[in-house]
Amino acid sequence: MSELLAIDNLGKRFGGFIALDGISLAVGTGERVGLIGPNGSGKSTLVNCICGTVRHEAGAVYFDGHPLGSAAAHVRTRLGLARTFQLPRPFVSLTLLDNLRIPLLYTVAARGQGYAASEIEARCLALLREVGLEAKARHRPRDLTQVEMRKLELARAMAAEPKLLIADESMAGLTHSEVEDILMLLRHLNAEGIAIILIEHIMRAVMSFSQRLVVLVSGRKIADGAPEEVMRDPEVEKAYLGQ
Amino acid sequence: MRSDVFLLVCLGIGGAVFAAAVAFGNDYLFFAGYVVAQYVVLATAWNILGGYCGYVNFGSAAFFALGAYTTVAFYSFYPPLPVPALIVVGGLVSGVVGLGMGYLTLRLRGAFFAIATLALAVVLQTLVVNWDYVGGSRGAYIMRPETVAPLGNYVRYLFLAMLLLAVVAITAARLIERSRLGYGFATIRDDELAAEASGVPTLRLKLVATAISGALMGMAGAPFPYYIGYLQPSSTFGLDYAVNAIAMPLIGGTTTWIGPLVGAVLLGSLQQIATVTISSAVNLLIVGFLLVGFVIVAPNGIVGLFRQHVRHEPAGIVGRRRLGADAAGSAP
Amino acid sequence: MIFSFDLLINAIVSGILIGGFYAAVTAGVSLSFGILDIVNIAHPAFIILGSYLAYVLNLGLGLDPILASIVMLPAFYALGAGIYQIYYLSFEKRGQESLRGLAFFFGLLFITEVSLVLYFGVDYRYVEARYIGPTWHFGPIDLPLRILVPFLVSLLLIAALELLLTRSFIGRAIMAVAQDQLALKLLAVDPIRIKRIAFGISIATASLAGAFLIIIQPVEPSVGREYIGRVFAICVLGGMGSLPGTLIAAMMIGIFESLTATFYGPSWAPAVSFGFLLLTLAVRPAGLLGR
Repeated sequence: MSELLAIDNLGKRFGGFIALDGISLAVGTGERVGLIGPNGSGKSTLVNCICGTVRHEAGAVYFDGHPLGSAAAHVRTRLGLARTFQLPRPFVSLTLLDNLRIPLLYTVAARGQGYAASEIEARCLALLREVGLEAKARHRPRDLTQVEMRKLELARAMAAEPKLLIADESMAGLTHSEVEDILMLLRHLNAEGIAIILIEHIMRAVMSFSQRLVVLVSGRKIADGAPEEVMRDPEVEKAYLGQ
Repeated sequence: MRSDVFLLVCLGIGGAVFAAAVAFGNDYLFFAGYVVAQYVVLATAWNILGGYCGYVNFGSAAFFALGAYTTVAFYSFYPPLPVPALIVVGGLVSGVVGLGMGYLTLRLRGAFFAIATLALAVVLQTLVVNWDYVGGSRGAYIMRPETVAPLGNYVRYLFLAMLLLAVVAITAARLIERSRLGYGFATIRDDELAAEASGVPTLRLKLVATAISGALMGMAGAPFPYYIGYLQPSSTFGLDYAVNAIAMPLIGGTTTWIGPLVGAVLLGSLQQIATVTISSAVNLLIVGFLLVGFVIVAPNGIVGLFRQHVRHEPAGIVGRRRLGADAAGSAP
Repeated sequence: MIFSFDLLINAIVSGILIGGFYAAVTAGVSLSFGILDIVNIAHPAFIILGSYLAYVLNLGLGLDPILASIVMLPAFYALGAGIYQIYYLSFEKRGQESLRGLAFFFGLLFITEVSLVLYFGVDYRYVEARYIGPTWHFGPIDLPLRILVPFLVSLLLIAALELLLTRSFIGRAIMAVAQDQLALKLLAVDPIRIKRIAFGISIATASLAGAFLIIIQPVEPSVGREYIGRVFAICVLGGMGSLPGTLIAAMMIGIFESLTATFYGPSWAPAVSFGFLLLTLAVRPAGLLGR
């Protein structure tokens, strides 16, 4: 398995607060990695640094062999990195269909593999069908339920045809069957060859999904390995005491 | 409707308007019509950056004035440049300055961007006021030729030029709106962070919007010295243009090209009537009240009201989230 | 450019004095924009309103303008509270503060200014007081009382506000509401009420600042416009909501404007504050003493 994402000694502070402290991590092509940790441990900051939403201060991030440096977020998306946001951020003035049109017009097209104008709408509808939102294609995001918004977030990330998808707490607050829905979607994507980093608090989902588990506590990586082993690690137990 | 068909229709309408004005015979119509057409251009131009992208430009007057002062700077060229050439040059100058301004300010959060545009307008104004070649604070006199064959009156010629410019502006706005660029602008307005994450090169698009917006405003300003005869920095750079450039799209509706057109025609005509019947100070009072009123009661403007009550589309404010909330959306 | 030490010293002193006044003018915006994130671009218009009301009371009742402005404080506070309520219901609640909120205040700016023009006309108005006219001299330094007195009262105002914000419950609630509304709610404090109070205080300062202005210089309605940029420049430079920062930034701007006007000519002065603003925004958006 070749290394798709390589993070080397990443550091980030906000004023006096150290959010990330010397994080090193690698994700291979097609791998399923779970990322867990208590609230405030730095998970979302890590995602933001990887995706370019926030600029890191120390260390380096490599994607598909390219050093990302201070590349803007849209450049990283074009390289094949996609993410969802913890709190869904749909384009509220656009229909669901048009929400998916954006990655197709800007990311996929920029790679030179663009769809013909006539094919774009069909492709958007197909994506919406995959997440079960085809019926609401002409609606606006404000007409969606929570879980539908999460699915739209995922669909939009999928539309960018990524090599690596970071799903940031896509399942928070969902029912058991809704969680299964999302998991099935993610497994399906993985089966197509997309590597996935799953950030979640729902342990059942993370354990069943991940090939590898990474644990972040107070900005530091304290464990990285097979899920069962990691959960038996005494340090991890300590971190989750009371959780 | 395809864009070239639309262009022809607009040209037709513009021609009809001009013909009607000629038939009516009253020269004042051309003076008033020029101002209204000018506002159509200004409002449409502002809306490309303000309505489509959600970046509020308070310095509209600066671009307008740049176009005007470019004309003044070229005035001593003998023979004097014809108005269409001046429009192009004014547009280029303003477009380039717009690009520069964008480069300096577009990395700023919404509110700071708005304030920075105001600051730039004042800096530009100060530069012009201290440049004696264009008259400085004393102002500049421009002699308007008496007639232009075959239209007759020179003001008719100016009105026609401005009408054409308005057609160009509207066609361009509509073209942008329906293009890939327009979608990109909408994502910038809705959620810039998510736009970047979806692959939209937000800075580049914002620069394009600023350049186009600035260029159009400069084009609107280029014929102005010939229209007014005496150019004064304080009024040319004044906030009055800024408030109209903002009020007209907001009252008309910011999400489409129709909004600025409706807003400019309505508000512009209203102001002309008020100036003639009451006083020119009341103008701005009207603009102020209408602006405040619409923004509170009908945030999507006249176009929004139309969509809601005539087409029965669901209400819902379309536009940008908080100016300040550009944090990465979650706790560290 | 004639350079002389006297000229330099007086330019600097003059800048400091005017700077103190600028700080009083900006204090309201430090509250509304710096702390509450409300872009009240109409603030200078309210200051001019304060100037005219001080003028009316001074002319009609012979009241000292500063006293008159203190009398008007409750009215301005009520005005501020009312405006905030409308702003909140129309924009903040709907999550639409940005463009439309700005436009709202822009409209208010014009309504206020033009109403003043229609009522008072465009002639310059000035007030009468015992300290307008005489100038104290300390060696080469000239201290015109009409600038010195507002300067001193401005310092008092800034000090009072700072005390309010740091020592009183209301003040600390105001600082808190900018950072963590949830925490306030858990303390059974209504964040909307706190913001309303804060905005009311912000507009109340305009009453005082207006009196200071008309003591320093004659006023006509459009004078407010030159303060729009100045006020936001100082607010940003001063760190957005830090009153000590505002005072320092205001004096800096005052000094630089004064030096520019003295040695390069007054027509270049407006570009000073705006140039500073642009520089600050480009280099260090957090200002000099940023949060």
